[in-house]
Amino acid sequence: MRRWTTLLNIGTLTLCAVFLIVLPFFLRPYGVYILTLWAVMTVAAIGLNLTLGYAGQVSMAQAAFVGIGAYITALLTTHGWPFWSMYILAGIACFAIGWLLGYPALRVQHHYLAFVTLAFNTLLFLAFRNEEWLTGGNYGVSNIPRPPVLGWTTDPPRSFYFFCLANLGIVSVATWWLLRSPWGRAFVALRENPIRALSLGVDTRRYTLMAFALGAALGGISGVLYAPLVQFVDPVPFSLALSLNLLMMVVVGGSGYFFGPFLGAIVSVLLPEWLRFAEGYYLIGYALLVMVLIVFYPSGLMGLAERIIYRPQKTAAASATTAVPETAP
Amino acid sequence: MSDILQLFVAGLATGAIYALAAIGFTLLWQTSQTINFAQGEFVMLPAFFVLAALLYGVPFWLAVLIALALSVLILGVLFKVLLVDPMIRHGVLPLVIATIALALLLKEGVKELYSAEAQAFPPFGAAVNVSFFGATVALQSLVVLGVAIAVVASLQLFLNGTRTGRCMQATAQNPNAARTLGVPVDRMILYTFLINAALVAIASILVTPIYLAKFSNGEWLGLYAFIAAIVGGFNQVRGAIVGGLLLGVVDNFAAAYLSAQYRLAIPLLILIVVILFRPQGLLGRIEERTV
Amino acid sequence: MTPVLEVRDLRKSFGGIHAVDGASFEVCEGEILGIIGPNGSGKSTLFNCILGQLRPTAGEVRLDGRLVTGMRPCDLNRLGVSRTFQLLQVFPELSVRENLILAGQEHCGTMLSRLIGRRDAGLTPAADRMIEFFRLGHLADQKASGLSYGQQKLLDAAMAFMAGPRLVLLDEPAGGVNLTMLANLRDRLKAINVEQKSTFVVIEHNMEFVMALCQRIVVLAEGRIIAEGEPAAVRRDPKVIEAYLGH
Repeated sequence: MRRWTTLLNIGTLTLCAVFLIVLPFFLRPYGVYILTLWAVMTVAAIGLNLTLGYAGQVSMAQAAFVGIGAYITALLTTHGWPFWSMYILAGIACFAIGWLLGYPALRVQHHYLAFVTLAFNTLLFLAFRNEEWLTGGNYGVSNIPRPPVLGWTTDPPRSFYFFCLANLGIVSVATWWLLRSPWGRAFVALRENPIRALSLGVDTRRYTLMAFALGAALGGISGVLYAPLVQFVDPVPFSLALSLNLLMMVVVGGSGYFFGPFLGAIVSVLLPEWLRFAEGYYLIGYALLVMVLIVFYPSGLMGLAERIIYRPQKTAAASATTAVPETAP
Repeated sequence: MSDILQLFVAGLATGAIYALAAIGFTLLWQTSQTINFAQGEFVMLPAFFVLAALLYGVPFWLAVLIALALSVLILGVLFKVLLVDPMIRHGVLPLVIATIALALLLKEGVKELYSAEAQAFPPFGAAVNVSFFGATVALQSLVVLGVAIAVVASLQLFLNGTRTGRCMQATAQNPNAARTLGVPVDRMILYTFLINAALVAIASILVTPIYLAKFSNGEWLGLYAFIAAIVGGFNQVRGAIVGGLLLGVVDNFAAAYLSAQYRLAIPLLILIVVILFRPQGLLGRIEERTV
Repeated sequence: MTPVLEVRDLRKSFGGIHAVDGASFEVCEGEILGIIGPNGSGKSTLFNCILGQLRPTAGEVRLDGRLVTGMRPCDLNRLGVSRTFQLLQVFPELSVRENLILAGQEHCGTMLSRLIGRRDAGLTPAADRMIEFFRLGHLADQKASGLSYGQQKLLDAAMAFMAGPRLVLLDEPAGGVNLTMLANLRDRLKAINVEQKSTFVVIEHNMEFVMALCQRIVVLAEGRIIAEGEPAAVRRDPKVIEAYLGH
């Protein structure tokens, strides 16, 4: 049984990978752009999944971190800085800011991080908009170049898509490796039973902080990719609305599941395109979808998939799960 | 000096409105561990109920009553039964996300189904100024303050003076203990939702004349409600009042003397400072460490 | 000889309720101390105060003479204090071996080494030894959720001992366990007490279990210690009998 499911997993993954590589050849430039946007948003969602799905913290600042990464890249690459250094700058900056934000907030009450991140995102948006001398304010930063990779240009939409896809691949592998390490085990403990975890020496506060800071860094990396994608950066995308959208993305996909962000980003990026005919109503539809999904399937699309695929196995294990005391205490 | 007094009174007035929104928010958290991220949209919506009723030629006082009733029904009963009850057993997190989605739904719903433009909203005091301790103060501010004080006073009277009110307080402090004492906890929780719905409706009617009715009001209204609640002390109703008033006054002064672009930054900075240095809020108690 | 654990005049109040009302006792190295008392006497609250789960209203807790009152549970654990839980607290989605590796991993190396080092933090041999000791060998790769209640109890105990703690607090280890498993559990606890040279404090309701396992007993009633001594003597103490019957 186990071997069958592993085979199924590998098979599905390979199929998806092939699909993602072949698809752009059948799409027009706008379609390729949407696909690339999906890849870039997934990176941000993977980061937020670490914070929300593994450490159980609501962060409303992921858009701010994407914005920091985007602005760093926009401002510096237009002044000739090499692209590879953007990863390092944005990653470290966002990690540090995440740590600084999270440290005091988590010392107190766990739900305070939500409010602190809410305030931070709004403050940063104001700063992006008002500090024209730095960010260009509402006029933004334009003509952001696309980076050459090993001598090849990524200017054409398809080339840039493959570049972003490769980035997504690397981020996925790194995250998978993180989650399989002792840190990943600590994250699971933190999520499933923080009291027990504490009693085993797991410093829940530090691991939560790490998850948040790493999630922020991934947000920054997403921003590094976003800037050359749109080639024009202004404050508008990095408002609270995107942070909330990313949150919903993670939850709809399945919070705490490895592939949740991928699915969630598909829904969030593609739904507006499909519902384009409905214009303003697509957001209403999206909100309703999220609400219905979370009321009936709080574990999101991945949870739903798991239930469908693993249902026969689950019922067998379920009878053993409820371990009842054998004698009255 | 008279300028300062004018700003102060106006600030108290808006602050009282924030306090109403913050009280409901705090009550929901205390009794049922519900963090309602749609609270801002809850304050935005009832004004549109009034406007819609007015479109049908209904007199203002009736429109207000209709809005109150609709608010209690939709933002109180339906909210609890359709959203909170199914979600609460999955923990706080899914409910938070659900209220975030609800906020989006309400905001976009009003935008699409009513209008994306800001709408004028009738005030119920004449637009005159009154002399108040030597300063010129808008009558509207005094009326708002008066109504808010009356509402809060009656709420306190209800909570402290009636049996139901005391049962609600018990539920807020310790639902399990209250249950063992025979308090109908679930009904008390329902009452909290109804009270919140009433409070946000009143707040809506008081605040909308000042800022016009717009679908996006919820964003900053919600922010002010959260900040007021946390700054005051998240586990205290009195804290919500103090937080709201403080916020209103500070915000008004900031708007007058500081750059308009960074007006919102002041409350946000206050929030961050409070969380850093006095996380239990001004009136709050340090909660038992559970983890 | 400094006692391993020293509790001095510990108090914990919840509003007007004094759950723990001035408790003092000591435990010496290698000892197995039992804490008994009628329901509501404050045993669990006492444990939670010692372990940092709750902040005591007053009083001191010392570990090897060092003041540790109110320290966070994870820091206390790193100093060599661990516990088992009354309500089972294993990690259902992890395998038995994974549970044990988790229990030990925070005691090996640093945060960084845990990130870039081996997947199991080098703990597989130690985990396997623990599995052997608690006779869970055939279940090593099974998900913890698939174990029977008694087996989960054993795993819970094994997790507490994984890092070789100096002091272990066991909260009703015998609760809900059948007779055969009980004997096995008691035997394993005695054995590991000798092998690891650790000190135990046990809260228990099961009198037989306590009498057989513990060398010394402390009786708690209404938040205060009303008797202390050898099991047989405490059992006959009229104050103790009254505390139990008077309820």
